[in-house]
Amino acid sequence: MNALAPAPADTSVAAIDKSTVKLDVQNLDFFYGRNQALKGVSIPFAANSVTSLIGPSGCGKSTLLRALNRMYALYPGQKATGKIIFDGEDILKPGVDLAMLRAKIGMVFQKPTPFPMSIHDNVAFGVRLYETLGKADMAGRVEESLRRAALWDEVKDKLHTSGLGLSGGQQQRLCVARCIAVKPEILLLDEPTSALDPISSAKLEETVTQLKADYTIVIVTHNLGQAARLSKFTGFMYLGELVEFGETEGMFTHPLTTRASDYITGRFG
Amino acid sequence: MEHTLRAYDEDLDAITAELARMGGLAEAEVADSIRAIARRNVALAQTVISRDAGLDAMEMDIERKAIRLIALRQPVADDLRRTVAAMKVSMNLERIGDLAKNIAKRAIVIAQSEPVTPLTASIERMGELVTSRLKDVLDALSSREVERAVAVWSLDHEVDEHYDTIFRELLTYMMGDPRTITACAHLLFVAKNLERIGDHATNIAEILHYEITGVELTDERPKSDALQRHDS
Repeated sequence: MNALAPAPADTSVAAIDKSTVKLDVQNLDFFYGRNQALKGVSIPFAANSVTSLIGPSGCGKSTLLRALNRMYALYPGQKATGKIIFDGEDILKPGVDLAMLRAKIGMVFQKPTPFPMSIHDNVAFGVRLYETLGKADMAGRVEESLRRAALWDEVKDKLHTSGLGLSGGQQQRLCVARCIAVKPEILLLDEPTSALDPISSAKLEETVTQLKADYTIVIVTHNLGQAARLSKFTGFMYLGELVEFGETEGMFTHPLTTRASDYITGRFG
Repeated sequence: MEHTLRAYDEDLDAITAELARMGGLAEAEVADSIRAIARRNVALAQTVISRDAGLDAMEMDIERKAIRLIALRQPVADDLRRTVAAMKVSMNLERIGDLAKNIAKRAIVIAQSEPVTPLTASIERMGELVTSRLKDVLDALSSREVERAVAVWSLDHEVDEHYDTIFRELLTYMMGDPRTITACAHLLFVAKNLERIGDHATNIAEILHYEITGVELTDERPKSDALQRHDS
């Protein structure tokens, strides 16, 4: 008889079907100088689904996200050890072509970062770095990207006006369009709606929901409702550790660790 | 641990407190309805009937508070299970109140017929058993003891067996002396109502188990089915 559930675990990381894993982080340590920000984090990211990373400020979730496309390599003194297996290759190994890596693993930041150029050129900019497309092909790519980012209908008549003239929510979807224009395989979203109003947030969430059919998406969010709405898997991090990882539904109805439970129910510290 | 936002705890505690009051009243309704049958006490039966409105109001109040909490606080994990469990338990308590009220209505009719003392004594014993099961599960609810709730859940067959015995006893009486048929028919419904109250007590045990452990109580438990034995 299942009269008693097992006592809450200290950490609980669920295994997921190996064949679905697109990006597999194995025993990752990360250092800002001498300060260790990630401690032995192992977490799988499944293809064609959204994985949320949640946890209090400073828990390491943005650090983990930045490790996934080696964004940290831009800064001296930051170093990662362990493995991040992307399609069978460890992307932490020396000799990885970072420009190609970032074309495959795109990132959208907390605040919209449109370039001071037209809407069209914002989207075309990244494509030009990797591909040479004719004018018509480029126009097609820009339209496709803006459609997928659910922005096309709002901007189709003003493609040659500045991207800076758009609202915050539109700018953020423009950044998503710019990101997907280079046809990445993975999308990393770092608190993409924290600067947006509820309607713009909802539109961006709808965009993410549409995109997951073709991409592996990792989203860092402080909005627990957003994690619950969008993601199939959720990882809860605290003090540089992955405390709990599993299906989102389980995390929000019956978390297995006390720390995750206290955090999502609003009892933390 | 308390919520960072303390008003959240106050909201949850208000629901739990109301549920405890409701449980106390439901328990009293069942015990008094049985007493009204055993003592042929019409006034007590009428009290039981009039108090049922209180249970209905409490159920609505708990539902309103729970809906408000879901809307304003968006509970998750154990808070969500606690909120949903409170709504479901209050529905079961409200049904228990209805069944007790129905027993009280029959107590008034039975008090006006010839006494069938050995039978009312059997009903009283079954009533005591059901009342004690209900008390156990409500105590488990307030002290949040899963083991105690599971004990009630796994012993429900005893109530069913009691019902089974009374069913046979009543049939024998009615066949022996047709003048007892009116009272016996009512007592048959009383026994059925008690059996259903027992079922609601096991429902509450299941709800409490899920609330506390996050896991459903799904194992087969021993069952006794009066219909199968008598109709086949």
